[in-house]
Parts: sequence; structure tokens; C-alpha cells
Amino acid sequence: MATLEDTGTQKLSGGESTSGEEGVRRRDFINIAAVSFAGMGAVAVVLPLINQMNPSADVLAMATTEVDLSDIKPGQAIKTIYRSQPLFVRQLTPKEIAEADAVDPTTLRDPQTLEQRTVDGKKNWLITMGVCTHLGCVPLGAGEGENRGEFGGYFCPCHGSTYDTAARIRKGPAPKNLEVPTYRFTSDTAILVG
Amino acid sequence: MSFPWAEHYTPKAPLMKWVDERLPLPRLVYNAVGAGYPVPRNLNYFWNFGVLSGLALTIQIITGIILAMHFAANDLVAFGSVEHIMRDVNSGWLLRYAHANGASFFFIVVYLHIFRGLYFGSYKAPREMVWLLGLVIFLLMMATAFMGYVLPWGQMSYWGAKVITGLFGAIPVVGEPIQTWLLGGFAPGNAALNRFFSLHFLLPFVIAGVIILHIWSLHIPGSSNPTGVEVKGPQDTVPFHPYYTAKDGFGAGVFLILFAIMLFFAPNFLGHPDNYLEANPLSTPAHIVPEWYFWPFYAILRAFTFDFFFIPAKLLGVAAMFSSILLLFFLPWLDTSPVRSGRYRPLFRKYFWILCVDVVILGYCGGAPAAEPFVMISQVAAAYYFAHFLIILPLIAQFEKPDPLPGSITEAVLGHADGAPVAPAAE
Repeated sequence: MATLEDTGTQKLSGGESTSGEEGVRRRDFINIAAVSFAGMGAVAVVLPLINQMNPSADVLAMATTEVDLSDIKPGQAIKTIYRSQPLFVRQLTPKEIAEADAVDPTTLRDPQTLEQRTVDGKKNWLITMGVCTHLGCVPLGAGEGENRGEFGGYFCPCHGSTYDTAARIRKGPAPKNLEVPTYRFTSDTAILVG
Repeated sequence: MSFPWAEHYTPKAPLMKWVDERLPLPRLVYNAVGAGYPVPRNLNYFWNFGVLSGLALTIQIITGIILAMHFAANDLVAFGSVEHIMRDVNSGWLLRYAHANGASFFFIVVYLHIFRGLYFGSYKAPREMVWLLGLVIFLLMMATAFMGYVLPWGQMSYWGAKVITGLFGAIPVVGEPIQTWLLGGFAPGNAALNRFFSLHFLLPFVIAGVIILHIWSLHIPGSSNPTGVEVKGPQDTVPFHPYYTAKDGFGAGVFLILFAIMLFFAPNFLGHPDNYLEANPLSTPAHIVPEWYFWPFYAILRAFTFDFFFIPAKLLGVAAMFSSILLLFFLPWLDTSPVRSGRYRPLFRKYFWILCVDVVILGYCGGAPAAEPFVMISQVAAAYYFAHFLIILPLIAQFEKPDPLPGSITEAVLGHADGAPVAPAAE
């Protein structure tokens, strides 16, 4: 009751003295302060509700992978797993390197040279994600006898994206070359990805 | 909310009077789907599909709740638990097949319901809100169906989840973090499976809630009818019960017969054999396709194979696919013709049937491999789909000369405006 009466009288007097001593009433301030405080509280509560959907610690813990290269012969490729997604590790033959180098990068959709996609001095080791940059299928070509597409690299069976021997997109809907993850050679025959 | 001549709820039994004074729930039901809701007397069987959609949702909720009692949402055991349902749980095979085929039947009746609305102009004033809420239900259904398909954790489940969440990856800059956030990992895994299960359980009840709003907004102007002429008096309507409860009951019988035939004689006809292989992140199925009810949209997604104005093809495809549905939200304002029903719109009618054929072609291409000639056909068909709503409909509304409308529903039914109210005995 008292509150209501207060509001009423204040409103009246406020209306009469618009250019008066105080433009902001005490009650307005309390109102804005209380609603803002509650709003910030609501935002603070929403943050963990959204953040819980991000990758959990155990998923992030699997974020690096070691690969032994000693058994991979020229022309051969293996599929392994990095961040629960396929990783293609391939040793290119001299012919495949020559094919990749013969292309003028400026004519490509995602212009890159083979050098830019490999480590210095290890141009024969093509290490890429096995995830098509279109919608995430696993392209064919890393397994024995799989279709490598018309450019001799990888071929995605889902929507027909075709990659060359530097795993660059050449044909089909994919916008980018197969992603090269960060990795380094820990010895001549081993790499650490991630 | 209803016509003035609607029958009034008058409880006779003392118990019902007692309840009515304290919680008028029977009164609400009576006014919504009982004798208290006057409905145009000339509804045809295309008006059955709203009730049939509700029936399909009920089947899905009942079978789904039971399946959830036997299913384990963990990537290590989910596939096995579905096989457990199929082989070990008593009647488990029946419930799972009913749920899987129930989803298809739900989409069949909803698509017929939507196309009924398109043909008879049910989306026009004053029923725009009914149409908009219906589209919200449709979007929720698509999300629910997609997440449900992931749960068996077969090859199609896994790769479907990967491709569809990959759609969000097409958004510039924030796309990949959004995709990782949606999945709770860098690829579909246990986190994704669990959240999909949780949401797949929740969304059907959200759908049920929006259905209540859908019906509420329908009951404000009252149901439309095949002539598109508004109700003018008591002679134009009959009470929902017993007239349309009986007609809907007959439709439900036919629906259930067809459902049972599918369920018992061809339960895997609409499924994919690949989904009986456990999810394998290292091997993509040769031909990833969604369930048949997504095919037209999938065809639009794949129709963009070239960059355009520096926008990558992938983003264009995703944008086109979402636009193809969002476009329908603007339909009440794109079709400006004052005549509702396709019956009295000779030009509109022709293009309506072309649109139907176009959507069937899109569906066929969406289910076909991503190769020529299907890519080229989907490009043409997708372009036509957008042209129908954005160019053809507004133009028809401008230039079409509609056929003369009947003076009233009764005149359309009897051939003369006799004005006599429909007496139950006379029917």
C-alpha cells in the first residue's frame, strides 16, 4: 500500500516539476539497478549452460597424435586418427611430385604449391586431414586400391570433390584444399601431429 | 473465438458440473474438438491430414518413450542396444519399426497437410498465424527427425550427423567453432550422441506445445474450406463432433491400414542398409543420403557446385537450403490474390501442379548420387522452386482472372442458397 501511494505522489510531483531539481527519481534508479543486476545474473547463468556444449577435457586431451612413417613406401598412404578424425599420411612418388609441381597455382581454387603444403626438405611427405572440405566426408585414395580420382590424389564419394597429388581441390563442390594440420618431424621416420 | 451459433457446453452429471466450476477442462475440449466447434460443412478428405499428423505424433511419442527405456545413449553401446531392442526386447522389433516408419508416415501426412494449405490458400488472411506456426512445427520436426536418425549410431547416422553439422561449418568465420560447439568435439562422438538423445526426447513435447498454439490460432477465424469462401451463417457449418470426428476416424483407419502394411511387410523399405553397420569414422559410405523426407532440400543444397560473386559454393548451397524453407514464412504476403482456393484460380492451379512435379523431381535428385545429369536437373528444379514463390505467384496474383466464386458454402454444396440450417436428421 505504502509503495503504491509513494509512486503515485512522486509521479504527480515529477510531472509538475519537469525542469525541477531532480530529473531522475530514486525509484527509477532502483528499478534500473535491480533489473540490470538481475539481467547480468541471468547472463552469468547462461554462460555455463552454453559452454558445457564445448569439447570436454577428455576430448581435448586426445589432441595430439604420433605417426611412425618407416613402413610407408613411396606411392603408399595410411589412414590414422587425429582428434577423432581421419588423417592421411602419404609418401608421394617422384612422378606425383612432378605432377603437383606442373600445375600453375594461380589457376587453382585454393592457390597453394606443394612446398607450402609440406615441410621443408620433406616434399615427399603429404600429411593432410582425411576430411573433405565440402561437408566432411572421408575422401577415397588413402586405402589400397581405392579410387584416387582423375587427378591422382583423393576423391570424395559423397559429392564428387576431386583432389590432386598435393591434396588440392581441383574439381567438385569443396571450397578448400584438404587441411594440413600442424605437425613436426620428431625424427626422420616419425611425426607428431597437433 | 467461435461462431455465435456454436453449441454450448452444459454438463448434466453433478460430477461434471462440479469439475466445470473448478477446472473447465472438459469445456475446453468440447469447444476445441467437440460439438462446440462449428466447422464448414464442405470439408473434403484433404482436411483429414491435420488430425492424422496429430495421430502420427502420438504414435511417435508413445513408441519413442518405450524405446528410450531400452536404448543406451553412449557411443560404445548405442548400436548394440538398438540390436538388443531388435532381437531381445519383447516386441522391441515392432516398436522400433513402428517408430522408424512412423517418422516417415508423419512426414507423409504433414507434407499432404502443407500442400493442402498451398492449394486451397489456407495461409491467407486471417489464417497467416496458423501457417507460420505450422512452419515452426515443420522445422522442429526436421530437427527432431535428424537427431533421432543419429541415435542408432550406424554408418548413416554418423555420417548424416557429420554432413549436417558440417552445414554450420560453411558459415564464414564462426562456422567451425559453431560446429565444434554443436558436436562437443571435432567429430560426432559420445557428446554429440548424448545431446541429440536429450533433445530428441525434448522436442516432440515442444512440437505438441506449438500444435496447441497452431490449433488455437486456427480456432479464432475457424477452419478454412475447399471453396475458400468464409462461413456466412449457421447453414454453412456442422459441429465438429460427430461430423468430423467420424470423418477423421475413417481417415485414421485408412492411415493405420497403410501404416500396418508398411510396418509388417516392408519395414526396411524406406531405410538404408548402411545404417545396420556400426558407425566408423574412418570409412564413408559410398552414397550418403538423408532419409527420403529431406531429399528435396538435400537436392537444393547440392545444386550449388560453383562459386558466385566470391561466395563459396558450399555457403550458397547451405543458404539456399535454409532459404527454401524460410521463404515459406513470407508466402502469405507473396501471394496477394484475394481468392483463396485453387478451385477458382485456373492459372494458379496449373502452376501449383508444376510446383508439385518440381518438388518430386527435386526429391528424386536428392536421393540420387551427386553426378550428372542429376546435378544439372537439381539446379534447374531448385531455380524453379524459388521462381514459383518469388516471381510466378506474385505475377499470377496480378494478372489472373479468377473464376466466379459461389455466394456461400451452402450454395456451393447444394447448388442453391437455401439457407436452411443443416439438421442432423436431414443429413
